[in-house]
Amino acid sequence: MAQAAIELIGIDKSFGAVRANRDINLEIMRGTIHGIVGENGAGKSTLMSILYGFYQADSGEIRVGGQPASIKTPNDAIALGIGMVHQHFMLVDNFSVLENVILGAESDALLKKSIAKARSELERLEREYGLEVDPDAVIEELPVGLQQRVEILKALYRGAEILILDEPTGVLTPAEADHLFRILRQLKEQGKTIVLITHKLREIMAITDTVSVMRQGTMVATRETRKTTVEELAELMVGRRVLLRVEKGEAKAGGVKLAVKNLTVKDSRGVTMVDDVSFDVHAGEIVGIAGVAGNGQSELLEAISGIRHAVSGSVMLDGKPIDLTGAADPGELRERGLAHVPEDRHHVGLVLAFEENENSILGYQDDERYLKGPFLDIDAIRDDARDKIVKYDIRPADCRLKTANFSGGNQQKIVLAREMEQDPGVLIVGQPTRGVDVGAIEFIHKRLIAMRDQGKAVLVVSVELDEIRSLSDRILVMFAGRIVGERGPDATEGELGLLMAGVEQREAAE
Amino acid sequence: MSTPYAKLPAWADYVLIPLINLFVAFVVAGFVVILVGENPLRAAVILVEGAFGRGQGIAFTLFYATTFIFSGLSVAVAAHCGLFNIGGEGQGYIAGLGIGIVCLAFDSVLPWWLTFPIAIIAAAAMGALWALIPAYLQARRGSHIVITTIMFNFIAASVMVYALVGMLKPPGSMAPQTRTFLEGAQLPKLNWVIELFGAKIRSAPFNVSSLLALAMAFLVWVLIWRTRLGYEMRTYGHSPKAARYAGISEIRIIIIAMMISGALAGMMALNPTMGDQHNVALEFVSGAGFVGIAVALMGRLHPVGIVLAAILFGMLYQGGAELAFEMPAISRDMIVIIQGLVILFAGALEHMFRPYVQALFASLSPKSVGMEAVKGKGA
Repeated sequence: MAQAAIELIGIDKSFGAVRANRDINLEIMRGTIHGIVGENGAGKSTLMSILYGFYQADSGEIRVGGQPASIKTPNDAIALGIGMVHQHFMLVDNFSVLENVILGAESDALLKKSIAKARSELERLEREYGLEVDPDAVIEELPVGLQQRVEILKALYRGAEILILDEPTGVLTPAEADHLFRILRQLKEQGKTIVLITHKLREIMAITDTVSVMRQGTMVATRETRKTTVEELAELMVGRRVLLRVEKGEAKAGGVKLAVKNLTVKDSRGVTMVDDVSFDVHAGEIVGIAGVAGNGQSELLEAISGIRHAVSGSVMLDGKPIDLTGAADPGELRERGLAHVPEDRHHVGLVLAFEENENSILGYQDDERYLKGPFLDIDAIRDDARDKIVKYDIRPADCRLKTANFSGGNQQKIVLAREMEQDPGVLIVGQPTRGVDVGAIEFIHKRLIAMRDQGKAVLVVSVELDEIRSLSDRILVMFAGRIVGERGPDATEGELGLLMAGVEQREAAE
Repeated sequence: MSTPYAKLPAWADYVLIPLINLFVAFVVAGFVVILVGENPLRAAVILVEGAFGRGQGIAFTLFYATTFIFSGLSVAVAAHCGLFNIGGEGQGYIAGLGIGIVCLAFDSVLPWWLTFPIAIIAAAAMGALWALIPAYLQARRGSHIVITTIMFNFIAASVMVYALVGMLKPPGSMAPQTRTFLEGAQLPKLNWVIELFGAKIRSAPFNVSSLLALAMAFLVWVLIWRTRLGYEMRTYGHSPKAARYAGISEIRIIIIAMMISGALAGMMALNPTMGDQHNVALEFVSGAGFVGIAVALMGRLHPVGIVLAAILFGMLYQGGAELAFEMPAISRDMIVIIQGLVILFAGALEHMFRPYVQALFASLSPKSVGMEAVKGKGA
């Protein structure tokens, strides 16, 4: 008979007037992989933070291994055998693997003994769980997949019996994700309990034994994974039926709108981030650029939109060149019909401290519609913002509210509304749905396809392979700054995954 | 994810919290007064009465406040563009050079109402030019504006010494200052405004440059919140990346913001020179440029807040002088300590009490604050 590793009974947690968790009851069985899904803001991370001692519950009880537990700090959680692998790794980049593993768990004032002890322990763990990492490798030289392994090793080194993983696959290639899942299964076989927090339903289906769904702070359902479907989980998460794959007709591609030729871009350290990249985007099609984050996609978008200067190459907009020397003015490109939804809406696409209506003109502040001489035409700006709020269903419908107070999905809608409503000829979009809820994803995808059907040229960069596959008419895969392949929308995930990992086509065929 | 967040109503944000900060500053200052062996309550009474008790005191308070409004606005304009202009002192001081030249040239031929606009332009231009060099170095060379503006304070001080012991000094005089301006460069007093309310004023330097200060406060509000330029400055101030994305030229916006800031700092020199002393003397700015930093912070970079904070600091200056006179144990340095405490609590520790106030509000009225409405309906 399986025994509960963790029981949460009647957990309540409020932040001010927001009830992030209300009356949560959850039982996680020992030796299982338990998934927790929910939209952004559903309260998953809050719940796990309570379990890991970052927050205290207002009321309710936590039992670990059947015993009531008081978890006030992460140290309490560690003492109870709970380990956490954070979404953003908590590693010291210029330390070695070994140094990172013992960080905070040093047993001596002099490190020498601790390190010797840790080395043998680490080697044992690596053998036992198939988590091979060179203990002397420096973190910043390791790929993300291995860095994550170090995080897992850190937790195991501290004696974790229960591992919480928060969105572990966000930064991984499909192949790396598969490897992670193999490790998790192995850990499970060794008797560890794993809690997996994610918003990717397919991962839940692939690896978990049990899945719990959260919505707006409450636990709405717990299911046995093999007895449920992706559709049912999505519906539980959102509270209504959701289209997971956007319906779209055939693309009617027209002439070339955006032509990128031999573009090379370096970052501020002089490292080549975009390496001799060429492609065209035609009117009436969506071109998707797939790739693991950090393979030059961001720099590519910035160069095309005039934010970052390029070393060499050319970009033609409607047959006329864009100045790539760094003198390019994003304002001028906007006038020429290039709209840009940047990847980082918090620092680039929006000014979070501004009122919503102020952000609805960002980049278009020179437009006569919003000005009366040198003065802002406040009435015109607010009317315009209100129109967009209605048209894009931005909530709350208050154009005077500070932008920081909107949810991620609504913030993204503010940016999209601004850029799409300028009726651009070319729309380039970075991470259209990063940090956006399932319901809003559907809306954003439909809008992008509507833009395409109006004959706009759309370039989408996303690290979400599903998104790229469902939106794009053509898929380009970027790896290490180069475009390593072009595929149609029916390319399989495996095929794209291999390209994203930089594996040459020939090797893949073997 | 879900951040602990409770939104305060505007009045609590802009009135209650500054008042709490101020109160705490005075309480701590009270302990300092006890330490030197005086009665803090009596000290407080003397301070407030000295500043507001009689017409004379009010006039002096408003005279000091006028200078602080200019310097506070100067700091605020730069701060909205993300720049810390710590050089108001030097920009105001060097503006005295422009004012001195204009006044010496025109005071015998023009009436004050013609000399004044010319002097305003000269003061603003000198201040703006003095800010232009650090702005250029920041925008083009990346030299940090805090460092360069501080250094320019010293350069301004040296230039003024050179000018005041040389060309601006009347021949034969031993004092490093200009001759006294004639009537054509003396600003009319506004003391009669206070006397309308029945107060009596022997002599106080409260003058028409106060009206200029209020006009500038209004214009700064218009600039920051109602013009495209202000919008661009705020965008750059909050996020240089967003400004780049929005096609705002970094070099242009830094230079313009700093020149406006410098011009406002320059205008601060009108009040003590043309309004009070009727000459340009050594050290006439006497730290008002630095007080502007505290005024701007305490006023939350908003012109209304700056006017109120400037009056508060005017009160500390005027009431403090009375206090030093009435209580010999409390020297001029003690007043500086009290001012320092106000700056500490209102500026540096501005947010110290915020979480408690937020918790209080959240527990008092859970419906009116917080993010329920926003988050609950999130798409």
